Amino acid sequence: MKILVAVKRVVDYAVKIRVKPDKTGVDTQNVKMSMNPFCEIALEEALRIKEAGFAKEVVAVSIGPSQCVDTLRTGLAMGADRGIHVEANSSIFLPLTIAKILKSLADVENPGLIFLGKQAIDDDCNQTGQMVAALLGWPQATFASKVVVLDKDKQFATVDREVDGGLETLSVDLPAVITTDLRLNQPRYATLPNIMKAKSKPIKKMTLEDLKVDVKSDIEIVEVTEPAKRKSGVIVSSVDELIDKLKNEAHVV
Amino acid sequence: MTRTILLRALTNKKKLVPSNSHRSISITNLSRCISTLILAEHESGSIKPQTVSTVVAANQLGEKSSSVSLLLAGSGSSLQEAASQAASCHPSVSEVLVADSDRFEYPLAEPWAKLVDFVRQQRDYSHILASSSSFGKNILPRVAALLDVSPVTDVVKILGSNEFIRPIYAGNALCRVRYTGAGPCVLTIRTTSFPVTPITESKKATISQIDLSNFKEDSVSRSRYVGQSTQDTERPDLGSARVVITGGRALKSVENFKMIEKLAEKLGGAVGATRAAVDAGYVPNDLQVGQTGKIVAPELYMAFGVSGAIQHLAGIKDSKVIVAVNKDADAPIFQVADYGLVGDLFEVIPELLEKLPEKK
Repeated sequence: MKILVAVKRVVDYAVKIRVKPDKTGVDTQNVKMSMNPFCEIALEEALRIKEAGFAKEVVAVSIGPSQCVDTLRTGLAMGADRGIHVEANSSIFLPLTIAKILKSLADVENPGLIFLGKQAIDDDCNQTGQMVAALLGWPQATFASKVVVLDKDKQFATVDREVDGGLETLSVDLPAVITTDLRLNQPRYATLPNIMKAKSKPIKKMTLEDLKVDVKSDIEIVEVTEPAKRKSGVIVSSVDELIDKLKNEAHVV
Repeated sequence: MTRTILLRALTNKKKLVPSNSHRSISITNLSRCISTLILAEHESGSIKPQTVSTVVAANQLGEKSSSVSLLLAGSGSSLQEAASQAASCHPSVSEVLVADSDRFEYPLAEPWAKLVDFVRQQRDYSHILASSSSFGKNILPRVAALLDVSPVTDVVKILGSNEFIRPIYAGNALCRVRYTGAGPCVLTIRTTSFPVTPITESKKATISQIDLSNFKEDSVSRSRYVGQSTQDTERPDLGSARVVITGGRALKSVENFKMIEKLAEKLGGAVGATRAAVDAGYVPNDLQVGQTGKIVAPELYMAFGVSGAIQHLAGIKDSKVIVAVNKDADAPIFQVADYGLVGDLFEVIPELLEKLPEKK
């Protein structure tokens, strides 16, 4: 079995973002970029399934400008066997377009599993995995906190999902799409020898024309603004003062 | 059909004449034919409060005359019970559609997404909504892909029938988006942004059973529900509680976290936790508050031993009053707190427990 993992290059999670003065978006120039944390978890899980003997190959895919190759190299250094870079410079794509690209790739690559993060920390959409599954007509297991591929022959996976109010366990036939939640695993660090080795691993370049994907943009970003700032609060000196304020000023207790 | 043509005409017009006056006219015109389908969430015979919030949001899409249909799927008597409750949950609900079948016994995305599409084919809807719960986020993007449209997740404000505000970058920016597609507009609603006001008017919507004899499933049986482990608590639901008391890593142990629970009990509130506290195993993960956990907006939010990482702040920003207790005076949580107390939570919590007035 082959596992396809989609990885996205996003502004590093620790960066405090700045909205552009012209309100067209968030400033991403000269800002530290990294692999989306949920994608790291997805890749780690794919690697673990391969190491457990249930998969032969892990293929990392990234869609976007040329710098996405860096993200793919990070993935290869973690242990992915090869990378696919779908070059798309034009604009920011909607999850629907990304899902269509991934569907086309799945048609070519025939993976048994597609792993994605549950959401990207920049657009916070939480859509792509579900949409890929729909387009392929495959079952989906979203927000996974535990994945067990049970049987090499029968080809199904049991997945614990993080849902409101607890955990839910599903069993999905392969091929399937799984999106990962934070608690699924602890992604490994790439070691220096692996980083060196990653440089010789292949990254295939593809274009939208190769994949025959029609780019649909039915969502228009009108403007991006900063959220209202909360007005500054006060530091109280004692529990008594705190209770007094909550009672008589805020009227919440 | 007429709606589709009208929508198309309007979107074209907007591209030619992007002036504001024209847009407001188009929205008013459009609002006359808004019909919304809401995928309802229900549990043991009653509709979830998040679904009622979604109805409130649906009302802001257009004029009062627009129609709101609730779709309930499931099986057996609890479904019928929930349906009759749904019919009177909000005066603006005009119709309750019930899909009763074993196939919907559990909320599996594959049959449910197919069902929404199936219902949409029979009755033309301009909008399809669900709450941004794990249920809605699982199913609606799948529905949108089946319809070949882009969904909008986590809508916090509705500006018109096709213009919305949603947070991005963990709530550090707000993105105003316009849906320009021809198909139905698919949205998930951040329910804390659409509070339910007490309903005085009582009205009962019609309940109709959906004929499922033509409902085809192909990928349906390829996923199976195995089981669920739910945390049963007496406390109010985290997402809709009036008071939320949260603990961070500084609590140091499961035993110490009990202090947070006691305080929550005393104030009639819900317990929340930071990711650090969840990862340390102090509490189960469905109590996590933040960008990737629950989004809360209670009247009173109290954070104990919480540093205030942006991912956590993303989940509490809309709380009315934020109280922070932390040893570290430089903790970022104090920048958003209305009342901050620099001190040791192991001293402060017992004192609070002792001195806070009893909640009836």
